Amino acid sequence: MNAKASSRNDLYLILGFIVAVALGPIIMTPFGGYPDLLQKFAIFGIFAIGFNILFGLTGYLSFGHAAFLGAGSYAAVWCFKLVGMNVLPAIISAMIVGGLFSALIGFVSLRRSGIYFSILTLAFAQMCYNLAYSVLGQPGMNLTNGETGLQLKLDDPRYFGESASESGTIPPTSMFGIEMKQIHEFDLFGMTVQVSNGYFVCALFVILAFYVSMRIFRSPFGMMLRAVKTNQNRMSYTGLNTRPYALAAFVISGMYAGLAGGLMSAMDPLAGAERMQWTASGEVVLMTILGGAGTLIGPIIGAGVIKYLENIFSSFNDQVMTGFFDFLPDWLGSAMVWITSPFVGEGWHLTLGVIFMLIVIFLPGGLMEGFARIGRLFRGSRKRGEGAADAPRVPAE
Amino acid sequence: MSFFNLSRRGLLKGSAALGAGLATPTIFTSSAWAQGYLNEPTGDTVTFGFNVPQTGAYADEGADELRAYELAVEHLNGGGDGGLLQTFSSKALTGAGVNGKKVAYVTGDTQTKSDAARASAKRMIESDGALMITGGSSSGVAIAVQGLCQEAGVIFMAGLTHSNDTTGKDKRRNGFRHFFNTEMSGAALGPILEANYGTDRKAYHLTADYTWGWSQEGSMKTYTEAIGWETVAAVRTPLGAGDFSQYLTPVLNSGADTLILNHYGRDMVNSLTQAVQFGMRDKVVNGKDFVIVVPLYSRLMAQGAGEAVKGIFGSTNWHWSLQDAGSQAFVKSFGQKYGFPPSQAAHTCYVQAMLYADAAQRAGTFHPCAIVEALEGYEFDGMGNGPTLYRAEDHQCFKPVLVVKGNENPTSQYDLLEVVDVTPTEKVMYPVDHPDFQGGDLGTCNAGI
Amino acid sequence: MDQILLQILNGLDKGSAYALIALGLTLIFGTLGVVNFAHGALFMLGAFCTVSLNKLLTMEQVVLDETRMTAWGTPMEIRTPFVEAWFGEFGTTLVEYAVPLSILVAIPVMLLVGVTMERGLIKHFYKRPHAEQILVTFGLAIVLQEIIKAWFGANPIPQSEPDALGGMLDFGAAIGMTEGTITYPAWRLVYFLFAGVVITGVFCFLQFTTFGMVVRAGMADRETVGLLGINIDKRFTFMFGLAAVVAGLAGVMYTPILSPDYHLGMDFLVLSFVVVVVGGMGSLGGAVMAGFLLGILQSFTAMKRPAIFPDAADRTVGEDILNVWYTILEYLPGIDQIIIYLAAVVVLLVRPRGLMGRKGVMET
Repeated sequence: MNAKASSRNDLYLILGFIVAVALGPIIMTPFGGYPDLLQKFAIFGIFAIGFNILFGLTGYLSFGHAAFLGAGSYAAVWCFKLVGMNVLPAIISAMIVGGLFSALIGFVSLRRSGIYFSILTLAFAQMCYNLAYSVLGQPGMNLTNGETGLQLKLDDPRYFGESASESGTIPPTSMFGIEMKQIHEFDLFGMTVQVSNGYFVCALFVILAFYVSMRIFRSPFGMMLRAVKTNQNRMSYTGLNTRPYALAAFVISGMYAGLAGGLMSAMDPLAGAERMQWTASGEVVLMTILGGAGTLIGPIIGAGVIKYLENIFSSFNDQVMTGFFDFLPDWLGSAMVWITSPFVGEGWHLTLGVIFMLIVIFLPGGLMEGFARIGRLFRGSRKRGEGAADAPRVPAE
Repeated sequence: MSFFNLSRRGLLKGSAALGAGLATPTIFTSSAWAQGYLNEPTGDTVTFGFNVPQTGAYADEGADELRAYELAVEHLNGGGDGGLLQTFSSKALTGAGVNGKKVAYVTGDTQTKSDAARASAKRMIESDGALMITGGSSSGVAIAVQGLCQEAGVIFMAGLTHSNDTTGKDKRRNGFRHFFNTEMSGAALGPILEANYGTDRKAYHLTADYTWGWSQEGSMKTYTEAIGWETVAAVRTPLGAGDFSQYLTPVLNSGADTLILNHYGRDMVNSLTQAVQFGMRDKVVNGKDFVIVVPLYSRLMAQGAGEAVKGIFGSTNWHWSLQDAGSQAFVKSFGQKYGFPPSQAAHTCYVQAMLYADAAQRAGTFHPCAIVEALEGYEFDGMGNGPTLYRAEDHQCFKPVLVVKGNENPTSQYDLLEVVDVTPTEKVMYPVDHPDFQGGDLGTCNAGI
Repeated sequence: MDQILLQILNGLDKGSAYALIALGLTLIFGTLGVVNFAHGALFMLGAFCTVSLNKLLTMEQVVLDETRMTAWGTPMEIRTPFVEAWFGEFGTTLVEYAVPLSILVAIPVMLLVGVTMERGLIKHFYKRPHAEQILVTFGLAIVLQEIIKAWFGANPIPQSEPDALGGMLDFGAAIGMTEGTITYPAWRLVYFLFAGVVITGVFCFLQFTTFGMVVRAGMADRETVGLLGINIDKRFTFMFGLAAVVAGLAGVMYTPILSPDYHLGMDFLVLSFVVVVVGGMGSLGGAVMAGFLLGILQSFTAMKRPAIFPDAADRTVGEDILNVWYTILEYLPGIDQIIIYLAAVVVLLVRPRGLMGRKGVMET
């Protein structure tokens, strides 16, 4: 496999990715896509891509990444409160804060590896969560506004912007006058496609994030990180100190998380403490594993699948279910409703748990491994291509 | 409904435009100009969004709220026995839908998390075309969703939210609350506590360490100190502490003779059971029987505390044993449909849905600003709470507050609380500029344009 | 002084639960090398054994009384528990002792659950990385808790201790102090004793039986024991079952203290992991000690200077120390919420193998 071919593959991959992101709203419309959901895909995609740089490459399993996302979103909301409603400074400050937090926590946590590293990150994240939920939300030292979450107010100073719009409402988040929440509609193939300005911003960042992650995967630095995963001891014996590399990966992924948090606040200016809870960290682990850790595209797919399932299953109720099984005879219909209802609506966590277990048991490489297996079935015994999206356990080249 | 066409709007628009073939994309048009207000209903249905906790600690309460909403929709569309429509003072609604449109609904899961609640509210607004969002079982969620609805331009009818902030410093023009708040709890409980326990008491507060807890602690302190009680200590406990023993043992030897538990949900269940376990109900301090007070009661949660609630005072928004015509009508239609009496969460949610529908009917439109106008300063009766006012200045309902006591001899598993007193509205009314409610601004109404 | 003693009691009580859960967790890790994120769920399942037994015992015969009406206009239901109807007085006693009785139910049930879990799922994960073990057991924990929620609802379900073991015990008088200064709920002391018995039992089993000896040998060097022709796998499976039983029993006896709900397991999961790493991965003694220590630490950081506290001149030495402690706590608001995690961070950084971990085991 020569370098030229693989760089051409990369070019196709990034072009394909751009096309997929650009057409996202159109592709998703028949499946019940709507602007907020698409933004969520992009934001959690970024989060998962970042997490994958740490977990996929170095093998360090962090259970505390949600803390960086939370810190980033608090930073962004504070930026909206103090600076103004432009999203760029907010996103930048979110990345900086995410990076700072991860540098601090990473520096300490990376002194250990394996399960100890996981527990350390988990402990730090829980500390952040507990503090943000209560102590830092108390009047007098109100950084987070506690349980209610940090929200914008009409009387926020916004030194470089206006506190309130002319009509007396809180001005919407915008990028040089382009409002994030504004929704455009157009008709295509007989359906109405909705897309918001915010999606374009998210899309831009997810493409950038993807590109950067690809460059890291292909760089000598990325190679070094993989080496850390494969055999850290051997690395140390060759006289290399691996910790700076791991820390760099940790901070980069922390900045990705900060970026995701900043975008989240930019799309919806509110930051809540639950974003930092360890179960939220668990969610990004789920996404990455579900899609395929260590692959370029897998984490984004995982993020999309989980957010999509969450969206569908939690919206099902008896009314919808009965309508869904309408075509069946009455007794069979109600039987089906009875069987499926524990898995949807209030039971959708059960579905999530079951799907997740099945994936870990049968497809430890995530969906990407599933795709690769299906691809191999079709290609028979032909030599496997070396596309980046291929088999997860094997380094791409 | 096919699996891949989950979005009602997608389906409607998709089928409407079917046959147009390969339409060329028109120039991007902003949705704002196409409509008079966000999600203006064009078909023969109008969609309400019911945003309740289906997972997490308040899932059972959420399930009860959803039952009430389904009942409300049934009644609005002319099904069942009409429920509270028979007793409601406004006769605008006749059971023929609202403004000539049948009521449809979509549901979402708040997970009792601000983020998840906002995400599902957004889905209902953007994807399902919901005109009004209602529900919720905690103040954090209510305030977060209220803010979202204000920004999006739909009406929010709060469910169970007891914090002052919802209609205090975080009030919004598009948001309305029927439920009472910590200030009203304090005002209602004060005189009852004085009558039962005297004026010379030393109170020890255990407070859930988050916004609602602080708010409740503040109100209880104000009103107990007003009747001459002394506050010995106010200790904050982490949310979900589970075992409260390390916070309870200091109470025993502190010289306090009253324990006020500013807890709700699981915290309340655990701290109350454990306080009783620590012998606090049988204790005698300063020559007085030691007593426990739980400012905010919920029957669903009281079930979790079992025997421990007996004889303990608290306040509640509504209780199914009330004997007025409205309450009886509601208990009757709810009980007949589901086989057990409704909770206060169910009641407030049912009433909120009805009030919204009524306001829309009276205004003759679903335009949010018209509905705000119809609800502001609106006075009504027959909804189970007696004469009620939706105050224009802060969108808070003012109505009598119930003081309840854990039933010593329950006759059934639902008969856990007994209504001790109905504190009249004027006793719990507070001025708009009350210090605990300051710092907020309703702003202007937003129709999503 | 009494405050200190009371908080130590609180800590020991809390610690008992931590120690029992962590004991099983570290046992599983020591024998099978598996990081079990579903261990909290096992604790929860134990608690729900009690709930189920209680439900079973209080199953009611429902007769409709046509003469009385409910508020919603249907005939009133007259409910009589079958057990009381059939056995009279004895039935009532049976219901009252539901919590201790469920120990008998929980042992076989949890053993079955544990063995099934190991044979059905965990077995396939021995060779897989720790990360995947964590993930699959985490998934299992979610599934288990959601099943419980679908069955029993989300609200806590109260369980009460038998009257004979309820009420307050004058602990102070028992150790020779003034009567009435240190009274403590009897059931919590029972729980502490129960934990002591279970922990001693597990240790004796490992120390003084041949089975236990083989297991310990297997923990030290699995391969060699295998080469000796001993089927170590079977024994390890049993140990997994035993760990499940210990967690389950901890849950059963904890129900009168904490009304069980479906989320109980997740609440204890992170905590028990912290206990295990503080004690040292795979060290049984460490887990028990760390459990009690962290329990006490948690109690002590929750203290607050009472309103009635002697002035500097009138203080005894003990009160002087207490005063310093109160002052420190005043400068650290919210410390009681994060102390457990803080302790874990400090221990992991200063002494990575944990308080009693063996040198070289999982130290990096």
